[in-house]
This record gives sequence, structure tokens and C-alpha cells, in this order.
Amino acid sequence: MASETVTSTEYIKHHLQNMTYGQHPDGHWGLAHSAEQAKEMGFWAIHVDTMFWSIILGVFFLWLFRKAAKRATSGQPSGLLNFAEWIVEFIDTSVRGSFTAKNNLVAPLALTIFVWVFLMNLMDLVPVDWLPLLAGWVGSTMFGADPHHVFFKVVPTTDPNATIGMALSVFFLTIFYSIKVKGLGGFVGELTLQPFSAKNPLIKVAFIPVNFFLEFVSLIAKPISLALRLFGNMYAGEMIFILIAMMFSAGIGMGIFGGFLQLGWAIFHILIITLQAFIFMTLTIVYMDMAHSEH
Amino acid sequence: MNINMTLIGQSITFAIFVWFCMKFVWPPIMAALDERKTKIADGLAAAEKGQHEEGLAKQRALEILKKAKGEAGEILAGAQKRASEIVEESKGTARTEADRIVQSAHAEIEQDVNRAREELRGKVVSLAVAGASKVLKREVDAKANDDLLKDLVSQL
Repeated sequence: MASETVTSTEYIKHHLQNMTYGQHPDGHWGLAHSAEQAKEMGFWAIHVDTMFWSIILGVFFLWLFRKAAKRATSGQPSGLLNFAEWIVEFIDTSVRGSFTAKNNLVAPLALTIFVWVFLMNLMDLVPVDWLPLLAGWVGSTMFGADPHHVFFKVVPTTDPNATIGMALSVFFLTIFYSIKVKGLGGFVGELTLQPFSAKNPLIKVAFIPVNFFLEFVSLIAKPISLALRLFGNMYAGEMIFILIAMMFSAGIGMGIFGGFLQLGWAIFHILIITLQAFIFMTLTIVYMDMAHSEH
Repeated sequence: MNINMTLIGQSITFAIFVWFCMKFVWPPIMAALDERKTKIADGLAAAEKGQHEEGLAKQRALEILKKAKGEAGEILAGAQKRASEIVEESKGTARTEADRIVQSAHAEIEQDVNRAREELRGKVVSLAVAGASKVLKREVDAKANDDLLKDLVSQL
């Protein structure tokens, strides 16, 4: 909650800043104490909070499903296994629906993406101040840091690094399988010999730059759109939660109103986080399918 | 919101998670699902087979019942026949036995009658002799009149 000493702008900025670990301009390594310092660290810095939560959630997902997998039986399923099977069957149906080739990687990939992204998105429903305040308290009592300089962003998918990282992984996978399935020639041909083609070899060659430009843009657009769609949705949702949270410091009437708004937005957000996880998964499956199929 | 090494870290984490999922999570669950699918299919097939067999068994049971009913009827008819035979037979033996008893009774009665008659005859003879001797006031020589008496006895 924004205290009297913190302005709205500072409050929002504080919430949107990651806990960054990297090399300060003076040479020593440490956490950034402000947004400017984090910016100065450049590329060779890491967002501790993003990594922490994404790994925690990913490990939680794998632990849960591994537990279910150990109990997997062809007999009557119960409890956790039932739940895991429900999700696995859902993913399996989705994969069978849009992926026509045979690849043992795609279904587990889709499962990981769906559950992991869903869990990371789910962190959005935790009231925006709880975990940052906890982090601030831990930082100030255990490490003697100024709580205003302890940044803590709990939703990994509102960090473009996380979404771009995943999208790039998917992108490289699609390129890898494109080359593996169609050969390097086939892959390059797909990039250069269509959509415009002609019988005359001379015209065909003349079309190559045009084709390459078109196809390259559409190729590059895939990971970017994949990453930014998820990031944008979650970032906007997080932003609205932050704005609603600011109402709590504006008197009791606004506070109650804000409470209802938060509840409404959270309920609506359940749909968004599930939908975004599903879209990310489905698009991954579709891209993988495109990589496997000849035009 | 800076693009930094987190991107690479996230990619590596992602790769590790996907690898783990592919190795240890997906196959066992999928195997269990597939196995259950075949199990259910087998079960359904078995149920269908069982139903078919039940129908057959019902038909067979019906046939056996019908046959048993027929046999029972036959046995009943035989028994009835035999019973009437036995009744007839016993009637016959009873009748002959009765006849025999009646006959023997008749013979006995006749015998008794004959005996009584003989006795009576003897008594009558002696009475007649006694009467006659009293009438004649003399001893009738029984020996001398034996032929006469015998003749008399035979006339009685």
C-alpha cells in the first residue's frame, strides 16, 4: 500500500522494477538500488525475482506431476492423478488436433508451457503488495537494506525477458525441426521460393529478395508476437491491479470500492491467465506443426 | 524492464523443465492412460461377449427345461400306467385269493355239514335201535340187522 511518503508515480515504478543483480558501473557486483542503476547494468544482469519465481513454480509443477506420474496406474485413478490426467488428456487432445507429424517432444513441451505459464500468470492473483512487502521486510531486517530499494516483481510473465526467453526457445526449436525435417535446402527454399514463384528461372531468381523479405518478416514475427502477446496481457493486468491497489490509500470509501474492483478484475483475470497460457501453448504446437510440414 | 541475461536464464530453465517433463512426467502418465484405454476396451468386449453367452445359455436352459418337462411327462405317464397295472394286478390276485378263501370255507362248511350229518345219522340209528328195542322189548341183534341198519342210514 502506498504510504504517505511515496507518491503514486513512485509506487507504480517501484512495483514495475525487477530485483536486478549485476555489475555496477564502478565494477562491483550487487543488487541494483534503483531503476537507473538497473539500467546501467546493461545486458549482463539478471532479474533475481523473475528467475526465483519461475524456477519455484516450474519445480512445483514438475514435482506435482512427477508425483502423479509415479502413482500412474491403469486402474482406478484418484485425487492428484485424476487431476494430472485431466490436464494431460486435455493437452494430448490439443496436440493431436493441431500437430500432425510424429514428435515425442511436442506434447511434453505443450504440457510444460501450459502449466508453467499458467502458474506464473497465477501469481498475478496474489494481491500486488503482499509479496513485495514481505520481500521489503526480509530485505530490511535481514540484509539491512532500505525497503524502498528492495524491488520485487512476483509475476515472471510480466517480465519481457521471461516471455521472450520462452518464445526464443520455441523459435529455435521450430528452426531446428524445420531444418531437420526438410533439410537446409528445404528450409532456405521455403524462405526464398514462395509465395511468388515462376516457371522461368530468371524470374524465379528475381523473386528471391521479395520472397525472402516477406517470409523473413513472418518468421521473425512468430516469436515476437508469441512473447509480446503474453507479456502485454499480463503486464496490463498487473498494471490494473496496481492502479486498483492505489485506491486503498485514498480513504475508506475508495478502499471498499477498490476492493470490489479488485475482486471483479481478479475473477475476470482468471479467464485471461488461463487463456494466455492456452494461446501460448496452442501457438507453440502450431509453429511446431508448421516446422514439420511441407508447404 | 530491461532486456538482460534473465532471457538466457529463462531459456535454460525452460529447456530443463521441458526435458524433465519429457523424460519423467509425460511417458508414465500417457502409458497409464493408454493402458487403461485398452483395459476398458477389453472390458467392454468381454462384457459384450458375456452378454452374448448369457443369451446362449438362456436359450440352452430353455431347451433343457423343455426336454426335462417332456421327460417328466413321460415318466408320469409311465408311472400312471404302471400304477393302474399294479391296481389291476392286485385286484386280480385279491379276487383269486377271495375265491380261494371262499372255496376253502365252502369245503370246510361242507365237511362240517357232512360230519354233523354222519354224527346225526349215527345218533338217529342208535336212537332208532333203542326205540325199536324198547318197542320190541327185546334185544335186537344189531349184528343181525346190520345190513338193515346200514340201509336205513343210507336212506337218512
